[in-house]
Amino acid sequence: MSTHTEHQAQRGPEPLDVNDPRLSRFEIVEEGARRDDIEIVHYEPQVVPGSKAERRLTRTVAAMFLLTGAAATAFLVIYIWWPWKWEAGRGGDKYYTPLLGATLGIALLGIGFGILTWGKKLLPKEVSIQDRHDQPGSPEDRKITGETMLYMADELGVKRRPLLGVSLLAGLVPVGAVVAAPLVGGLISQPHKNNQMFTTGFAPAEGGKRIRLIREDGRPIRPADVSVGGQLTVFPGIEGGVSNKHADSPTLLIHLREDDAQKSRAANARKGHGDYMWGNYVAFSKICTHAGCPASLYEQQTNRLLCPCHQSQFLITDNAKPVFGPANRPLPQLPIEVDEEGFFVARSDYTETIGPDFWERP
Amino acid sequence: MKRRKFDAAALPAKTAGALDDRFQAATPLRKLLNKVFPDHWSFLLGEIALFSFIVLLLTGVFLTFFFEPAMTEVVYDGSYAPLRGTPMSAAYASSLDLSFDVRGGLIMRQMHHWAALLFMASIVVHMLRVFFTGAFRKPRETNWIIGSLLFWVGFLAGFTGYSLPDDGLSGTGLRIASGIILSIPVIGSWVSSSIFGGEFPGTIIISRFFIAHVLLIPGLLVALISVHLGLVFKQKHTQWPGPGRTNENVVGERMFPRYALKQGGFFMVVFGVIALMGGLFQINPIWYFGPYEAWVVSAASQPDWYVMFLDGSTRLMPAWEISIPLGDGYVIPPLFWPTVVLPGILVGLSTMYPFLEARRLKDYKHHNLLQRPRDAPARTAVGAMAVSFYVVLTLSGGNDVIADKFHISLNAMTWAGRIGLLVVPPLAYYVAYRLCLGLQQHDREVLAHGVETGIIKRLPDGRFVEVHQPLTPTDGHDGHGPALDYVGWVVPKKMNRLGALGPAIRGFFYPIEKPAEAPVSPGHPPVEPRPEREEIGSGERR
Repeated sequence: MSTHTEHQAQRGPEPLDVNDPRLSRFEIVEEGARRDDIEIVHYEPQVVPGSKAERRLTRTVAAMFLLTGAAATAFLVIYIWWPWKWEAGRGGDKYYTPLLGATLGIALLGIGFGILTWGKKLLPKEVSIQDRHDQPGSPEDRKITGETMLYMADELGVKRRPLLGVSLLAGLVPVGAVVAAPLVGGLISQPHKNNQMFTTGFAPAEGGKRIRLIREDGRPIRPADVSVGGQLTVFPGIEGGVSNKHADSPTLLIHLREDDAQKSRAANARKGHGDYMWGNYVAFSKICTHAGCPASLYEQQTNRLLCPCHQSQFLITDNAKPVFGPANRPLPQLPIEVDEEGFFVARSDYTETIGPDFWERP
Repeated sequence: MKRRKFDAAALPAKTAGALDDRFQAATPLRKLLNKVFPDHWSFLLGEIALFSFIVLLLTGVFLTFFFEPAMTEVVYDGSYAPLRGTPMSAAYASSLDLSFDVRGGLIMRQMHHWAALLFMASIVVHMLRVFFTGAFRKPRETNWIIGSLLFWVGFLAGFTGYSLPDDGLSGTGLRIASGIILSIPVIGSWVSSSIFGGEFPGTIIISRFFIAHVLLIPGLLVALISVHLGLVFKQKHTQWPGPGRTNENVVGERMFPRYALKQGGFFMVVFGVIALMGGLFQINPIWYFGPYEAWVVSAASQPDWYVMFLDGSTRLMPAWEISIPLGDGYVIPPLFWPTVVLPGILVGLSTMYPFLEARRLKDYKHHNLLQRPRDAPARTAVGAMAVSFYVVLTLSGGNDVIADKFHISLNAMTWAGRIGLLVVPPLAYYVAYRLCLGLQQHDREVLAHGVETGIIKRLPDGRFVEVHQPLTPTDGHDGHGPALDYVGWVVPKKMNRLGALGPAIRGFFYPIEKPAEAPVSPGHPPVEPRPEREEIGSGERR
């Protein structure tokens, strides 16, 4: 208490008697500010009451508020009566959202700038100085608080009764594990269930039945369906083959030109994939080995396949080796042949892992 | 029966009295009403983030009433004819419904998206302000850390948010995210499988992202923002140096009413701008992208701008794979470095920066006065380096579009990014450092010799010199007064800063008040008459 009064004394004159009827309201405000260590050093009305400037500013602010009202009303009218259902062509519905945005924006800007003008132009300008008081607590206070806390620890007596601490810890750790267990246990999912990361929809069905290559609409493909230099995205001919359920199965079937096919065959032979091609046809996984986007931009002239996500480029005639960009692994090749009915089938599943790389990929 | 007279005029005072009896509010309320805030335009950048966040909450709640976070396959049967009959996920179908079959749904969706972009942008700009002015120094390191965390949590909010519609573009983003998670050594496949509930894409990710996006992440954001603002309030805002401003005081205006009015008005303006953008500028037109199909992608697939730097780093990364020949063999794919390690380093560096700087300068004092960027050249240069690093990465995130639009080879763009990432930041450091020193020097020069007037004088010996207006009264010797000390604030460098132009005329279209006595020619400072014309000669007479 004594330090408090000393502090008061340092600050100079005794506090004002705010009940003094002679005080103006502003003087009371000033006194309040003083009690919060604020000195209002400059206080200046920006407009003379009753002046032309004041009337002008008042009218401006009022006009902005009225604009808000008008724009908001327009918003409601448009919201209710404007045709808003999507139609083909250039109907009025194309203006629905822009009109809503324009009216709502004008309404909000009107009220915003109205308030800003009111505050910035009509209210008196002031400069006040407040003490920051960001000194740390006095050494004495720090000591008292510290000792209080230490005393609390003494009261708990963990030091004298270590068994309490040890047993509490031994109790709490399992509780923490209990909190985490349902979360981890519920979410965790074995990534190699059914060997799912290493198989695709092209894995032969039971009994070794080879899987057909099909188009997006489900029809199987004959060699004649893909012209020379052409390419086609193909899927495994199984239930859900053309869906995200088999997101790792989409494959690019390419009919190479004769000279490119020779290069490709030679490259295949070097890698021990001598029988992966069928005729001049090759099939590579469409799922980029970098981040898993579909590598779908095929440049016929250079036989390069480009992934549009991160621009990895693969050279089709060289086992789809990455030749540029961040991918580090060739696209896996699907061994293909033609079955007795003349449709493309996968001779076996992919022999390499599809998609982005991961730690335990063999 | 005696009826008590009802006195309406006394009601507010009575109510206030009753409230104070119960809650003892008068004293704290006075303190609140009186709190002084320093004012400067650059202090309002963080407010834009706060206001955008409020808009995000408002529009976001609206969206949840209509969005269905499920990957169940449905066949679209809504108003948008081009997609009718297409099989798609319920999430995508309900996003389409939000855009076409919910009245006013599209503007809400677009406002939500624009507000998110603005939120992230204002966080970044606010962060740059705080960084370059040294506002993060003691005692405000905690708030700096919270601020940097807000960027990353906002980043997550944005990513989970734009993944929700499950359209072609966002599905590709999810695919990349799963690839990134897979790339983490040892645990990658387990983490990915656990998040996606099996192999990508599974059927659960949208519901999980939904609850993260509408509850967990916003909850975290609200908590962090509350602490952030609470600390600003408690520690009081920093201020620029200037007349009467010290490390121990706050010079500004009291919070109510003027400051609060300006804040309220500013909120409405931010809200209004978001509404205009949401209505007038199309964003994320998911109906053009189609549903997500693992085999479809288009060129120019770019994420939201604040994710682009990661896309850029991924594109620039060379295909360096680390193989570990143990057992069956293990790999660390190149994707790991630019998408997991790099953000990790960035988080670490940015949060630790206040402590690194304090340690380097051995400066452990309280700093409530801001520094002009030029006065801390090393920090400004480091900031310039960081910004240029970020810009190179962000531009590389769109390098395919740049290559396409400007007919540059895509591979050349990638190489330019790779080299640029190494060369540009040090260059930016050097240039920024020199600029700071140059500006500092000019400040000192003006303080010592005065403002350049633009008036060229020919000396009797034929030399031309520029006349300087000293900032202090001259002592008659050499036309110089005592040299002024630099106090860390703007030095006047133009004559009109010294009042040489007369008072500015107020009013937009016509003057509100006629200035009392305008100088003869407002464009020029008053110049001495020139009686000594005949004195100009060869200079030999001297």
